Amino acid sequence: MTVPLVWYVFLALILFTIGLVVIVSRHNLIYTLMGVELILNGANINFIAFARALGGKYPIAGNIFSIFVIVLAAAEAAVALAIVLHVFGHFGSVRPEDPNMLRE
Amino acid sequence: MTAEFLAFLVVAAAAVSGALITLWSKSIVRSAFGLILAFLGVAGVYALLGCAFLAITQLVVYVGGVVVLYLFGVMLTPPDLEERRASRVSFWAALGLVSLVLFSISLFGTRLPSSQGKPMGDAAGIGEALLTRDAYLLPFEIASILLLVVLVGAVHLARREKKKAQENAEGEEA
Repeated sequence: MTVPLVWYVFLALILFTIGLVVIVSRHNLIYTLMGVELILNGANINFIAFARALGGKYPIAGNIFSIFVIVLAAAEAAVALAIVLHVFGHFGSVRPEDPNMLRE
Repeated sequence: MTAEFLAFLVVAAAAVSGALITLWSKSIVRSAFGLILAFLGVAGVYALLGCAFLAITQLVVYVGGVVVLYLFGVMLTPPDLEERRASRVSFWAALGLVSLVLFSISLFGTRLPSSQGKPMGDAAGIGEALLTRDAYLLPFEIASILLLVVLVGAVHLARREKKKAQENAEGEEA
C-alpha cells in the first residue's frame, strides 16, 4: 500500500500556506523571497505527485516542469537578491514598505 | 503502516517544521537554516516519489545555491531590530490557518485520481526529453538564454551600486 495522492497534495498545501504567511507577515524583503521559494516548492510537489499518480501520455512532463521551476526559482533568487541589495544601498533599509516613490 | 508511510511522515514533518521555523524564528539566519530543513524535506518527498534526479537537483540547487545566496543577502543587510517588535506574525498565522482550512475543504471536496503509476524520472529519460526536438528542446534553450541574461543582469545590478558608491566616495573626497 502506497501513500495516497491526497497526502502529497495536502503537504503542498501546507507549504504554500506557510509561504504565503511568511510573505505577508514578515517586514523584510529577504523574508518575502524565502516565502516565494516555499510556495514554489509546494507547487513542485504537486507537479511530481500528479505526474506519479496520472502517468498518461507524457510521463516525464512532471519532472521537466519541476526542473524548469527550479531553474526559474534560482534565477529569480539571484536577480531579486541583487535588487534587494540595490534597494538597501538606495534607501538604507530592507523593509518592503520603504521603497514607495511611485506612490507619491 | 508501511515503511513508505513512515518515510513520508518523516520527510513531511521535516518540510513543515522547517517552513514553520522560517516563519516563526526571530533571527533571519535561523530562518534561512529552517529553509534548508524545508528543502531537505521536499527533496525527501521527491525521492519517495521515485524522482531521484530531481531530489539531487533540489539538494544541489536549493541547499547548495539558493540558501547560500540568501545567507549572503542576510549578511550584507543589517538586522531589522524594529521588525522583531512590530511583526504581528500571530495575526497573519491565524489568517493563514483559516485559509488552510478553507483550502483543505476545497481539496477534500475534489475527487482526486487514486491510480498509482510507476516511479519515473531517471536521469536518462529526462535528458532524452530535454534534448529531443519534438519534446522540450525549445524550452531548454530558452532557459539557457534566461540563465545567461540573469547572470549578466545580476552582475550589472550589483556592479552599478559599487560604481555609485565609488563616485560618492570620490565626491566626498573632492
